[in-house]
Amino acid sequence: MSPHLILKVVAKMLIPLIALFGFYVQFHGDFGPGGGFQAGVILAAAVILYALIFGVDAAKKAVPESWIRIGMSFGVLLYGGTGVATWFLGGNFLDYTVFAPHSTHAAGQHWGIFAVELGVLCTVTCAMLAIFYAFGSRIPELSDEDW
Amino acid sequence: MNITSLYPQWVFTHGPALLVVLPLMMAVITALLPSKNAVGAKLAWLFTLGTVVVCALLAFALLMQVISHGPVSYAMGGWEPPIGIGYYIDALNAPILLLITVIGTLCMIYALPSIAAEVEPTKRALFYSAFLVSFAGLLGMVATGDAFNVFVFLEVSSISTYVLVAMGASRDRRALTSAYNYLMMGSIGATFFVIGIGFIYMQTGTLNMIDIARVLQDGGVDSRVTKLAFAFIVIGLGLKLAMFPLHTWLPGAYAYAPSFVTAFLAATATKAALYLLLRFSFTIFDPSWDFVAKSLMYLLAGMGIVGMMVASLQAIFQNDIRRVLAFSSVAQVGYMLLGVGMVTTLGLTAGYLHMLNHAIMKGALFIAVGAFWYRFGITQVSDMKGLGKTMPLTMAGFTIAGLSLIGVPGTVGFVSKLALVRAAAENGWWWAVGVIVVTSILAIIYIGRLIEQAYFHPAPKIGNKTVAKNEAPLAMLIPLWILAISAIVLGINAEWTTSLAEAAAHVLSGGPIVEFPHAVGGH
Repeated sequence: MSPHLILKVVAKMLIPLIALFGFYVQFHGDFGPGGGFQAGVILAAAVILYALIFGVDAAKKAVPESWIRIGMSFGVLLYGGTGVATWFLGGNFLDYTVFAPHSTHAAGQHWGIFAVELGVLCTVTCAMLAIFYAFGSRIPELSDEDW
Repeated sequence: MNITSLYPQWVFTHGPALLVVLPLMMAVITALLPSKNAVGAKLAWLFTLGTVVVCALLAFALLMQVISHGPVSYAMGGWEPPIGIGYYIDALNAPILLLITVIGTLCMIYALPSIAAEVEPTKRALFYSAFLVSFAGLLGMVATGDAFNVFVFLEVSSISTYVLVAMGASRDRRALTSAYNYLMMGSIGATFFVIGIGFIYMQTGTLNMIDIARVLQDGGVDSRVTKLAFAFIVIGLGLKLAMFPLHTWLPGAYAYAPSFVTAFLAATATKAALYLLLRFSFTIFDPSWDFVAKSLMYLLAGMGIVGMMVASLQAIFQNDIRRVLAFSSVAQVGYMLLGVGMVTTLGLTAGYLHMLNHAIMKGALFIAVGAFWYRFGITQVSDMKGLGKTMPLTMAGFTIAGLSLIGVPGTVGFVSKLALVRAAAENGWWWAVGVIVVTSILAIIYIGRLIEQAYFHPAPKIGNKTVAKNEAPLAMLIPLWILAISAIVLGINAEWTTSLAEAAAHVLSGGPIVEFPHAVGGH
C-alpha cells in the first residue's frame, strides 16, 4: 500500500474542484468579485497541490515546463493583441467599444475584458508555476521516512 | 522641408502608446524564439534592433510634434484622463524618450559582438527579451501621465534590469551579488515611491498628474500628508537616480553587468529617474512652496555638491575601469542635481543639458571599455598599457569622450559645465563655481590616469613579441564613433541641445501643469 494514501485520495478529489472554482472566479469576474489574476492563482494552486502530494516530477509531466514559457508569453500576447486589434478597428489602444460600436449594453467592453482577462489568467497561472518549479526543483526529494 | 510630413498621421495620434506597446509585445515574441541554436539568437537580435529603431523614429516624430504643436496626450482605452490612464508628452519628456531610444539603438548595434562574447548562447534570446522589457519600462515611465502608472513601469524596467545585471555572472560571479544589492536598494526605492503615491492619493483622490497638481493647488500646501508624500517620492527617486548617499548599488551594478547593459543603463536609467524627480518637484508639486523649495535647494543641491566631491575622489582610487566610470557617474548626477537645485531657468537648463550630454559621453566610454574587454579581457586600469597602439581607433573614441567628461572646450561636457557655472554665478553661488572647477580637476586626474596608461606606456609583451594591433570589430566602432563625433559636433554647435533644454526648463519654470491639453489623442 502506498504511503500518504488519504492525502492522495483527498487531493485527487479536490484538484478538479479547485480548478473548477478557478474557472468560476475567472468567468464570473465580470459580475462578481474575481478576475484573471485571482483565477490564475487558484488554477496554479491546483497544480501546486498536485506537485506537493505527488511530487514535482509528476506535476512536470502533467504541466511540462516547456508549456510554461509559452503560456506566459501567450497571455501577454493575448492582452496586447486585444489592444492592437482595437487599433486596427480604429479606436484607441484597448478601447473595447470598437468591438461592438452599435451595442446598447456595452457588449464591446464585455468582449474586450473577456479577452484581456483570459490573457491575464494564462500569464498568472504560468508565472506562478514557473516560480514554484524554479524553487521546487532545487530542493532534494524528501524520502518518506523524513515526513 | 518639414520632416514630420514624412510620417503617417497615426504616428502623432497613437505614437505615445505605440512607443511602449511595441517593445513590450516584441519582448514576448522574442522570448518565444527558439533558444537552442545560434539562429534563434541572431533572429532575436534582429527583432530587437528593428524594434528599437522603430521606437527611435517614433520618439523623433513625437519630439518634432511637441516642438511645433505643443503637448501630445493620449487616452488609454478611450477613457479620457483623469478617469482613465493618460499618456502625456511635452517638451520635458520628449527629449528623454528620444535619448533612450537612440542610445538603445546604438547599444543594440554594439550588442551583436558584445553579447555573443558575454552571454551563453541558450540565454541570448531571453536576454534580448529582458532588454526589451526594460526598454519598454523606461519609455513607459517617461511617457505616462499617470502617477501610479509610473510606479508600474518603474518596476517593469527595474526588475528586468536586475536580471540583465545578473547575466554578467558568466563573465564575473560578482555580478550576482551586485544584482542582488541592486534588487534590494531598487525595491526599497520603488516602495518609498509607491508610499509617496499612496499619500498623494490620500490627499487628492486622484492619480493623474495634471489632476493631482490641480487638486494640490487648492490647499494641498497646508497638508502634512502632502509634505510626507513629497518626502517619500524624493527619497524613492533619489535611490533610483543614485543621488549621493543612496548610490551604493550603482558601482557594483555598472562594474559587473555585461558591457552592453552597462552602456545602456549608464546612459538612460538614471536619466529617466531624474526626469521623474523633475516632473514631480516642478509640475506636480509647486517649487514655490516652502518645503519643496527648501528640499530642492538644501537636499538636492546639497547632496549634489557632496556627491560631486566624494564620488570624484572615490573614482580616483578605483582599480577597475568600469568602477572609475561608475563613481564618475555618481559625481555627474551631482552636477545635474546642483543645476536643478538652483531652481532658476538657467540652472534647470544647465542640469537638463548635462543630463543629455552625460548620456552621450558615458555611453561612449562604457562602449569603449566593453571593447577593451572584448579584445584583450581588460578590466583593470593597470592593464590599459599600450592600448593607444593596440586599439588606436577605440582608444581615440574613448579619449574624446573622456575629454568631454573633463569638460575640455569643443566637447559637450564643456557646454553643459559652462552653462552650470553661468547659472551658479547668476545665482551668486560662487562656492558652487569653485566646486565645479575642483571636481573638474578631479576628473582630469581620474580620466587622465586611464589615458596616461593607454598612451604613455608601451604595449605589454607576451614572450618576446609585443602584443599586436587588434582593433575592435566594426559593430563596436560604429556606435562608439557616432557618440564620440556627436560629443564634438554638439559641443561645437550646441544650439539644438540647448534649445531642447531651454524648452524643458521653460516647462519646469512654468510651475505646476493644471490644465489638460485640449487636443486629447492628438488631432
